[in-house]
Amino acid sequence: MSHADLISSATLTDPQPFSIAGREFRSRLMVGTGKYASNSQMIEAIEASGAEVVTVAVRRVDLDRSKDEAILHHLDPEHYFLLANTAGCFNAADAIRYARLARAAGFNEWVKLEVIGDQQTLLPDTIGLLEATKTLVAEGFKVLAYTNEDLITALRLEDAGAAAVMPLASPIGSGLGMLNPYAIRTIKQRLSVPVIVDAGVGTASDACVTMEQGVDGVLMNTALAEARHPMRMARAMRLAVEAGRQAYLAGRMPKREIAVPSSPESGKLRG
Amino acid sequence: MTQASTLVPAAVSSEMALTVNGTERRIPAGWTLADLLASLSLDARTVVIERNGTILRDRVSFAKLELEAGDSLEIVHFVGGG
Repeated sequence: MSHADLISSATLTDPQPFSIAGREFRSRLMVGTGKYASNSQMIEAIEASGAEVVTVAVRRVDLDRSKDEAILHHLDPEHYFLLANTAGCFNAADAIRYARLARAAGFNEWVKLEVIGDQQTLLPDTIGLLEATKTLVAEGFKVLAYTNEDLITALRLEDAGAAAVMPLASPIGSGLGMLNPYAIRTIKQRLSVPVIVDAGVGTASDACVTMEQGVDGVLMNTALAEARHPMRMARAMRLAVEAGRQAYLAGRMPKREIAVPSSPESGKLRG
Repeated sequence: MTQASTLVPAAVSSEMALTVNGTERRIPAGWTLADLLASLSLDARTVVIERNGTILRDRVSFAKLELEAGDSLEIVHFVGGG
């Protein structure tokens, strides 16, 4: 083994493996499976992302078979951890119903809980979210709660038994990146459960900045699916998430609004 | 009464109406859930079914579960999502 290999395998391993509710995952990057131009493009992108957790939605089977929507024809549940979402639910009762249906599929008892409060912004209804979290936790679900960047809601979700809290970087599908890094850092500092930023990441630098806040992971869908080249963007995101995590662990230099020379001031030639 | 109208009640009595994924369907009376799935070319292992608001967890029971007129079924599966 070369010197460089020894350094990367020993010194630079993450001191804190990524785990949720006692289950360890191999990647801090989680990806969605929606909006790809084709299933083959989706699989290529997911493979390139290195993600283990992939989200799926619960919908009615199209009985007319106008399109092949069934995701499990394409995703091997042995290879990926399927995380069902409750996307499109606008109240706690609907979200609970979707979560129960998803669990009955028989893969796991985990749910990415979304209770949406507004059609235009898709911002969460945090009151319905808390209510649904309590019910589902009591039923044995591992709830990963999609929320906004409000600290108090995040704390309440943790109190309600959420396995992870998922604040947004910016609205779903917006690609606006991390709008409030201060709030995300505050949530991370105050919560004990994992904090996974979900939604809003648009490109690799957004993912990197997100991970630099010290959060445990990041979940994205549209940034990959709507990239001109999803597989290449997936590779970029994988590297960016890793870079951001390493930068966070490394601890950045302080920002100063003055220049400080990098080369010695002493030993300069005098004329 | 015309000949056609005498035939209609006989045909109706052997059929029943139920709602599947929000749309009314007529199926032969006495069909089991497994019969319905077979007619829709659906594999029970790849779907989750809710009957009148209750999730049916025991897939083995589908072959014995006789559907009733007026049943409301939701047949769902996993699709792409974020």
